[in-house]
Amino acid sequence: MTPPRKKKMNLKQRYALMTRGLDWETSYQKMDDVFPYDTFEGIKITDWSKWEDPFRLTMDAYWKYQGEKERKLYAVLDSFAQNNGQLGISDARYVNAIKLFLTGVTPLEYQAHRHFAHLGRHIRGAGPRVAAQMQSLDELRHAQTQIHTISHYNKYFDGFAEFPHMHDRVWYLSVPKSFFDDACTAGPFEFFTAISFAFEYVLTNLLFVPFMSGAAYNGDLATVTFGFSAQSDEARHMTLGIEVIKFMLEQHPDNLPIVQKWVDKWFWRGHKMLGLVAMMMDYMLPKRIMSWKEAWEIYFTEAGGALFEDLSRYGLRVPKYADIATEEAEHISHQNWAIFYQYTQAAGFHTWLPTDEEMAWLSEKYPNTFDKYYRPRFEMWREMEAKGERFYNNALPQLCQTCQIPMGYTEPGDPTKIGFRSTEYKGDRYHFCSDGCKDIFENEPEKFAQAWLPVHQIFQGNCGGADLGDVLKWYHMENGTDNLDYSGSPDQQQWDAWQAARKKVAG
Amino acid sequence: MAGIVSITLQNNDEARPVIESILQDNPSANANYMPGAVKIDCPERLVVKAESVSERIGRDWDPQEIHLTIVSMGGSLDEDDDELVLSWGA
Repeated sequence: MTPPRKKKMNLKQRYALMTRGLDWETSYQKMDDVFPYDTFEGIKITDWSKWEDPFRLTMDAYWKYQGEKERKLYAVLDSFAQNNGQLGISDARYVNAIKLFLTGVTPLEYQAHRHFAHLGRHIRGAGPRVAAQMQSLDELRHAQTQIHTISHYNKYFDGFAEFPHMHDRVWYLSVPKSFFDDACTAGPFEFFTAISFAFEYVLTNLLFVPFMSGAAYNGDLATVTFGFSAQSDEARHMTLGIEVIKFMLEQHPDNLPIVQKWVDKWFWRGHKMLGLVAMMMDYMLPKRIMSWKEAWEIYFTEAGGALFEDLSRYGLRVPKYADIATEEAEHISHQNWAIFYQYTQAAGFHTWLPTDEEMAWLSEKYPNTFDKYYRPRFEMWREMEAKGERFYNNALPQLCQTCQIPMGYTEPGDPTKIGFRSTEYKGDRYHFCSDGCKDIFENEPEKFAQAWLPVHQIFQGNCGGADLGDVLKWYHMENGTDNLDYSGSPDQQQWDAWQAARKKVAG
Repeated sequence: MAGIVSITLQNNDEARPVIESILQDNPSANANYMPGAVKIDCPERLVVKAESVSERIGRDWDPQEIHLTIVSMGGSLDEDDDELVLSWGA
């Protein structure tokens, strides 16, 4: 028989004592001077005590569970390294997805750590302040465990060694970097809306769940483990995101138009940035779990649909251009992979053309678009490769001023025509990939006019020199090692040697 | 489609009694298995009862232990000592 469950002080009392019970109203300094940042965005809060963390997690419980997660994680990581876990992955092409993750995502975890630490000091309400403090520690843990885990791959594969340096300089990494810089330079409520709500609640499932499940399917024990360990914090971050939105909307009706504008902006920015994940799922996993389109249907159309239906009682509507983003889910992965294939000489991971089997999978998953628009291009490139004329695009692309992605995306409703938008600001013309990105600029032109655009910077002579070799040096990218096709790379040679050795042993 | 709540848990030994309890206590719940994880969807409301999990593992299970195996969720959450509830409109 199970013994009856013991009763202690209940969770709600414990939470009240350990958060609000430890807070105080300042007396010899004005509260507005102590918390100077939480009013200038125009969000009106009348009663901070209405905030409650749904998990009601207190710091003591937080340390206990986080400690347990770390013990488990490090046991697996140690075992992975000791047992040469890199030999067990499905194919060495898979490692390129991890390169993209370490250079593109891990530095964002560190940025999130820093900014949540800022909010953990500067938010007036004790509830969200404590939640931000916990999240700050979570994000630091994520950055550390990811770097620690992936350091094992760095011993055997190229493209990892200079990840923080690359994050700050490389053209496609400016897409996630600028996304986060934009959030961190916004006020606290916009940051919460951007990162906790739009990213963590609405879109993060599209990044982590398929990524970690993909790692599990491709034999990457180490990434699965750090991924799920990080993701276990993510559910708490999601509740922070949804609570902050409801809290703002419940506190004052004047908050609605401000919040709606942020939701529109950050949904669109997130959608564009996640195009990198779309490409990873559809093209970079040797064994695939689901297509980007399927993931979008589950996590945005279905889960996001239920969420926005619920939030409609506050007057909040589905993000602007959500219908366009859904249409783009049929195209974005193919268009992105084509961009990287053309610019493989300047990428910090390897590229390849999909095999016949992989193209058959893409046809099946994208019956409306793949055979019609994308297969012919890949087949043409394959023929060119066979003739020894592998196609490289040697012209630097125009970038979107807002999302910083090369202008390779097509018009809504016409996948044969590249989309272009532009606007004028203080006598200069600025270019965009879409109406969504143009709207964002027009709402904050003084911010986005300052964007650090990698192509412009190369042309202005700020990136090491005028030719590819100079720029690669400035990126700390080893030409012929970190970049170019998988076929013929040192990564491939080593992997093939391992496989040959395994066959020899098997007899 | 409207009003589906969901919880995703790791598919491991520690989460299995939690998954089983959810499926038993929420007859309309539907489990979708993917590599390494299970996504459980349920219309309107989903409850994780500490009592059900405790019975399975033979010791007192604290609902906060969900932090060790949860991967993701959809819906508004409310947690106390006895259960964890996901729903819309709360």
